Amino acid sequence: MSLTELSAAELLQQLRSGEVSATDAAQACLARIDQVNERVNAMIRVDHAKVLADAGKVDEKRAAGKSIGALAGLPVVVKDLLCTQGEPTTCGSRMLRNFSPPYDATAVAKLRAADGVILGKANLDEFAMGGSTESSIFGPTRNPWDTTRVAGGSSGGSAAAIAASLAPLAIGTDTGGSIRQPAGLCGITGLKPTYGRISRYGLIAFASSLDQIGPMAHSAEDCALLLEVLAGHDPRDATSVDRPVPKYRELLNTSLKGLKLGVVKEHFGEGLNEEVAAAVEQAIDAYRSLGAEIRDVALPHGKYGVATYYVIAPSEASSNLARYDGVHYGYRADEGQLLAELDAERKQLLAAGNKRAAEHLDTALVRMYRKSRSEGFGPEVKRRIMLGTYALSAGYYDAYYVKALKVRRLIRQDFDRAFEQVDLIVGPVTPSTAFKIGEKTNDPLAMYREDLYTVTANLAGIAGIAFPCGQSKSGLPIGVQLQSPPFQEETLLRAAHQFQQATDWHQRRPKL
Amino acid sequence: MQLATESKLFCGCSTEFGAAPNTQICPVCLGMPGALPVMNRKAFELSLRTAAAINCQLARFTKWDRKQYYYPDLPKGYQISQFDLPFSHDGWLEISDPKGKFEPKRVGIIRAHLEEDAGKSMHDERAGVADSQIDLNRTGTPLLEIVSQPDMRSPAEAKAFLSELKLLLTYLGVSDCNMQEGSLRVDGNINLHIDTPDGKVATPIVEIKNMNSFRAVERALAYEAERLYEVWQETGQKLGDVPKQTRGWDDAANVTRGQRHKEESSDYRYFPDPDLAPVTVTDAQVEQVLASLGELPATLRTRLETEFGLSPYDSDVLVNQGRALVDYFLHVASATGDGKLASNWLQQDVLRMLNERNWDIAAFPVTAPALVVLLKKVQAGELITSRAREVLQAMIDTGRSADEVMREKGIEQVDESELVALCQELVAANPKVAEDFKAGKMQAIGSLVGQAKKKNPNVNPGRVRELLIEALGKL
Repeated sequence: MSLTELSAAELLQQLRSGEVSATDAAQACLARIDQVNERVNAMIRVDHAKVLADAGKVDEKRAAGKSIGALAGLPVVVKDLLCTQGEPTTCGSRMLRNFSPPYDATAVAKLRAADGVILGKANLDEFAMGGSTESSIFGPTRNPWDTTRVAGGSSGGSAAAIAASLAPLAIGTDTGGSIRQPAGLCGITGLKPTYGRISRYGLIAFASSLDQIGPMAHSAEDCALLLEVLAGHDPRDATSVDRPVPKYRELLNTSLKGLKLGVVKEHFGEGLNEEVAAAVEQAIDAYRSLGAEIRDVALPHGKYGVATYYVIAPSEASSNLARYDGVHYGYRADEGQLLAELDAERKQLLAAGNKRAAEHLDTALVRMYRKSRSEGFGPEVKRRIMLGTYALSAGYYDAYYVKALKVRRLIRQDFDRAFEQVDLIVGPVTPSTAFKIGEKTNDPLAMYREDLYTVTANLAGIAGIAFPCGQSKSGLPIGVQLQSPPFQEETLLRAAHQFQQATDWHQRRPKL
Repeated sequence: MQLATESKLFCGCSTEFGAAPNTQICPVCLGMPGALPVMNRKAFELSLRTAAAINCQLARFTKWDRKQYYYPDLPKGYQISQFDLPFSHDGWLEISDPKGKFEPKRVGIIRAHLEEDAGKSMHDERAGVADSQIDLNRTGTPLLEIVSQPDMRSPAEAKAFLSELKLLLTYLGVSDCNMQEGSLRVDGNINLHIDTPDGKVATPIVEIKNMNSFRAVERALAYEAERLYEVWQETGQKLGDVPKQTRGWDDAANVTRGQRHKEESSDYRYFPDPDLAPVTVTDAQVEQVLASLGELPATLRTRLETEFGLSPYDSDVLVNQGRALVDYFLHVASATGDGKLASNWLQQDVLRMLNERNWDIAAFPVTAPALVVLLKKVQAGELITSRAREVLQAMIDTGRSADEVMREKGIEQVDESELVALCQELVAANPKVAEDFKAGKMQAIGSLVGQAKKKNPNVNPGRVRELLIEALGKL
């Protein structure tokens, strides 16, 4: 059995016992990447020499009898939205294609401190904006279960890397479902922790009030391991929360007897694919037999989630992405060319007798901004920048942004009330299974509806987990989602783990 | 106004002025991807102190907003500022003119808010060069923006407001207020309210920028008032007829010049910064701030006037010199029990010396207790003022005490019997003076006083005069 087929927990045991070295694990993953990445395009950057050097360092530490961190040389894939010092961090965008940050994200620094070996950077939707990992300049990530289909997004590279057994652990980020949705479509386990649980320092912002880093792996147990490493307060992130980090793995084995699971009727209404509905209902039955009580709960404002999200997220994005202006770093349009262009335009206008228009041509600086941003960003990023800029404009601010904030508060209140009655909420992750590559590229609204069941957790700042609970007739994974009140990750992980003890969906692997 | 913090508003970089370009920077103030701001508590505390000192209401809840615009020296594409919920609002500052150029008044403060500074662009616009360079050392430096009500009615009032504000900031120690280094920057807004047969007419408002000293502010406003009047006479334009114009002050040419203004008004798309938590301020914190303010200039002036009997003019001169000089004064005035004497010596001798040598009171070689020793001799009639001045000068030059200097110079009090003998001797030796005196020419005594001083420089001329009159009367 190849090392890449092991779960993180299994591999960790072998690393700890010395059966396997960090170098062995890294080599196995690199070989697997060499073998299948071409077909899935999950990884966009793998530096073999560096990976082996890092793994070698962990082995040396062990050989020298030094204490080893919690990850003990486990290979980890990092979404290319997190800064890695001195190495390209691209966000899947032409804008940052040649950008190497001079610092590690806090989450990356914690990985390294725990002796995790960073295998490389995973593909993603450009600046994490999307639900299919198709908008990356590095091309689409393909679903390992059916390479004509998307892996979901925006953490599609991380999800596909796990599903394709390229690595046992991955880091993703979730702004509106970007961990849970690809986890669901790729048949893996992905956790979006509570807002503030993991530092955002060095996570390149899409929508600051919604972005959250989280673990992705085959099982809840593996996610618990990675969350223990990543979670905790960071003085460099004013929105990270200062509260103790539980030992999640130690809390996984408590029985679910008496756990109250809420079901939202609206989540099983129109728009939900029948096969998905059936699989999720089966999962609910499984919970019932594990001793959980199932109750109906209402989230009356949930139906406004997508609309609210697509005001708030683009508004913040339009501001967060203003810094990519070609001045200090990142992509800059060719200066000689833009000056020549301006000159030609001016001459043309003057020749046509349009002196006024000639006087109002862009200054060279403005043209540099305009061209750098036009050429540096892809269409979905531009669409969201325009949406957000519009929503924050004088005269529209109250009608869009302020109103969205009000609905956001109502959505949070819905959850607060629901969680007075139940411990967790259970439901689908996505309306359907993985769709065909290109199927929704020209229909942004259809793409946005992918987030229907996931965005509200981000708007409310609560935690959610997605994991496999079935397969469609065509063999595509189907996921189920659990949501919890803030800082109840241990309950989410426990409930997912108990399900995974009783089922084997999370152990199934695609044939590649 | 730049707050005197060691580090920037949202990162740990130094705020020291004058370092080599782009050496005081980090991922946060460079606005690099993924970097996040964390509020500098010290800057917020200094801001609270300042706002409390200008009698502002301190908000119990305040937040940070992003002000968005593109400029090469603004690396994030937005400035972190405060928009609709500033940390303070609705205050006032009292101004007056000791020479009575205007009636004392309260100038309202609309708000004071905290924000980060942008970087510095340097444009080399020589023909054929067209080179721009950016220094981001200043990026992220904490700035306090104070907005007054339109309560000032003359350039003199505007200057008085700024001087009083600067004095207050200096007393609080919250800013070095160095205009040359950009620690204090001023924009002025002005329009005229003109009496016409049809009632008052307000002219359009003009904002003046680029004023590098308080003197420049006064001159620029005076110039602009004249110009506004001329424009009104020519065009009849009223407030609202044209958009607000921004003009720059040209100090060398003594004129304001129109700055190229944008066709559409800017939309900064303010919204709450999601990277920073709102700040809450408790009642206890506010009380602590108020208690920590200490004695501020206005209170001090009143105290000098009521406790020490100084005129408003004198108290103003002393208080305007800063807290250290006031402390010096308070020591001298209390120890001698004579505020006016202390004030005179400070203004005529100490301040003159400080100005002459460009000293700070801290560098003044004669300490307050040392000056007290000298002044007590004057009060006791042991030294006349002119001699005491000589002694003080020597004390300044040598750093010695009054007693040491007097010993060296052989200055000592002349015995009364010695004085009587001297006067009798002079009367006897000058019969002509005696005759003149008898004839009613009092001024004749002057020459005898002069001779007495020549014979013994230590004599008290007042006492000599009295003794001479006595001796002459006996003739």
